[in-house]
Amino acid sequence: MPNSAIVERTDAELIAAVLAGDTASFEPLLKKYQPRVFATARRYARRESEVEDIVQEVFLKAFHKLHSFRGDAPFEHWLMRLAVRTCYDFLRAHQRNRETAFADFTDQTTDWLDHFAADPANASDNAAAARELVEAVLAQLSPSARMVITLLEIEDRSVKEVAALTGWSVPVVKIRAFRARAQMRKCLEKLAGGKYL
Amino acid sequence: MNLAELQKNLLAAARANPPSDDVPYAFEQRIMAQLAAKPAFDLLATWNRTLWRAAVPCVAVTLLLGAWSRFAHRADSPRETLAADLESSLYQPFDNSAETW
Repeated sequence: MPNSAIVERTDAELIAAVLAGDTASFEPLLKKYQPRVFATARRYARRESEVEDIVQEVFLKAFHKLHSFRGDAPFEHWLMRLAVRTCYDFLRAHQRNRETAFADFTDQTTDWLDHFAADPANASDNAAAARELVEAVLAQLSPSARMVITLLEIEDRSVKEVAALTGWSVPVVKIRAFRARAQMRKCLEKLAGGKYL
Repeated sequence: MNLAELQKNLLAAARANPPSDDVPYAFEQRIMAQLAAKPAFDLLATWNRTLWRAAVPCVAVTLLLGAWSRFAHRADSPRETLAADLESSLYQPFDNSAETW
């Protein structure tokens, strides 16, 4: 016989309870979705303290704006929209010149670039080196360019999904994607240009 | 170096290495404690909210008074009548001087 205390409540039931004044019902929602929000925040912030600040802000906003959740789409979609917009606000607030010079890279990253320059088809599969390079390049992009490259190219989302997540129109996403790719190419050129071009 | 190829490789590497979804220990308790805590009193926000709330009744009262002053005069007495009434009230003691003295 199932114990009624451990029967999981649906998102809709939990949201209704929170809206009725039962703050504790927000905790199961928090536990369920925090891994996804953390993964999203880690795409835009590097330091763990910044990531925690972003996630905290997302959930506090979610709690205070819960009355605006209409329930036509799953709660997860609504929450991820909030998370992406909070990350975008974070990028805009922390926009600063994070230019990285070639000399700042670790040895394994410069080795990876050396191998790639010599033979692109057989470049070694060094995830850490590639990650360091990607981080360096993304950090130099403008907030909107970083957002659109992350969502479109790295998370592999469609233009429509990006538009829904960011609140931008489809043509705006397309224009920003075009500019972001060009901006990324320019950053790579600047980064590797001194040695390889 | 082929930059387009490099860009493609880097993006593929980023796709292949998604960030971790680890959650710090007891993170949810931290959020729940924040939600349970009484929000700090923000004087400016309260003042702002009060002004916005007061704006609607003020506009409504202004409109009502404006409408009343415009239509009330037009309905019962023209301006001349009002002036004549004021004049007769002022001269009332002199008009009935015989009775008084």
